[in-house]
Amino acid sequence: MGEGASALPAFTPVTLLTGFLGSGKTTLLRRLLADPALGDTAVIINELGEIGIDHLLVERLDDQMVLLKSGCVCCTVRGELASAIRDLHSRRERGTIPPFRRLVIESTGLADPFPVLSTLKADPVLRHHFRAAGVVTTVDAVNGMLQLERHIESVRQVAIADVVVLTKTDLAEAPVTARLMARLGAMNPTAPLLSAAETLDAAVLLQSGSGGGFKAIEEPAAGAAPHRGVSAFSIVVDEPLDWTAFGIWLTMLLNRHGERILRVKGILALAGEERPIVVHGVQHLVHAPTHLGHWPSDDHRSRLVFIVEGIEPDLIRRSFAVFNRLNAGIAA
Amino acid sequence: MCSLCGILGANEHWADAAARDGVYTRNADPVARRRERADRVRLANRVLALYGMRLSDWQGASFLLSTFTGKSEIVEDLGHLWPAAEKLCGRPCDPLALEVLTRLDAGHG
Repeated sequence: MGEGASALPAFTPVTLLTGFLGSGKTTLLRRLLADPALGDTAVIINELGEIGIDHLLVERLDDQMVLLKSGCVCCTVRGELASAIRDLHSRRERGTIPPFRRLVIESTGLADPFPVLSTLKADPVLRHHFRAAGVVTTVDAVNGMLQLERHIESVRQVAIADVVVLTKTDLAEAPVTARLMARLGAMNPTAPLLSAAETLDAAVLLQSGSGGGFKAIEEPAAGAAPHRGVSAFSIVVDEPLDWTAFGIWLTMLLNRHGERILRVKGILALAGEERPIVVHGVQHLVHAPTHLGHWPSDDHRSRLVFIVEGIEPDLIRRSFAVFNRLNAGIAA
Repeated sequence: MCSLCGILGANEHWADAAARDGVYTRNADPVARRRERADRVRLANRVLALYGMRLSDWQGASFLLSTFTGKSEIVEDLGHLWPAAEKLCGRPCDPLALEVLTRLDAGHG
């Protein structure tokens, strides 16, 4: 490791910036990169089509910025994405570029974010040096509702977000924005909803997600109607959970239904543990569980939030309850 | 080595995360690790019995998944267990299947 890299974090956090076509990803990125606090950020921009244009809109063009031109990052350029990150890492180690402390990947508006996250975890080099820090999804206040109605990609991008940034609120009528915010809140109750019109703390935004703190999970609205088959619901358990049974259940569930479980996020009270454990997954990919220093509120019950596509919530609730009794069943 | 894809040093599975700052794991000390592996085998066997299979610890490093008819396969972790189980028994292992839930609830393991 080069001298300059010695002070770097063991794992470079990687933020995925996603959002539907024209939802303001590049504008947000340009704004974030203008923050002096983010001067040590490497950027990968993925563009759809033969002629890339987004990178021209980001004023800071330097050695730490990479443009992937081969197409949509989720289906055609995963190898190229891995190569691009490896190359940035290699150049950082050799000291030929300044030692960046975080990486932002701006995906095409049509990308399914999951393969990008799985590339980070599956690549034998990258998984030792990079960690997914979170997914930031932009939603256009003017066209967002229509995009959610018509494009399942848009729904998925919202469902897996750690933070949702609402853009173009100055162009939308207030009732339209209010309806959209209610819809976004019902679709992904775990993600803070920020307005691009407000002051955004860039460092906090880019460090959000699995590597950061834990936002207290709010109860999804009772009886919230599924949107394009996507629904959010929570499971709350009073008694401490059996970690082993939970692991068997979740791995079995994700193996069979992972593609339709867009997100699972939970804070767990485990038998024999005083401090809470946070689990956080996107489709088949579950991050290493983290130990929180303390409970974020007086409510010390286990809470799991699921965002699923085409699965009946009550079925998951019943399955969870049955598997949670696996150990008790043996003891009985 | 991952027995499914043949890749050396496959992914760290979340249920067996390496001990590091902030990460919750039962891998940190040998006693807790052995106890967790034993519990995992015991509980997984409750479910696997529904499909005519059983799991056993294999040298403290992997697991041996066997069918009641004698087919077997080494699996590394929980992430590989269920794909391997479906391959060996030739049908989906679905925790949402009503028959599975009913039988587990009734204590038939």
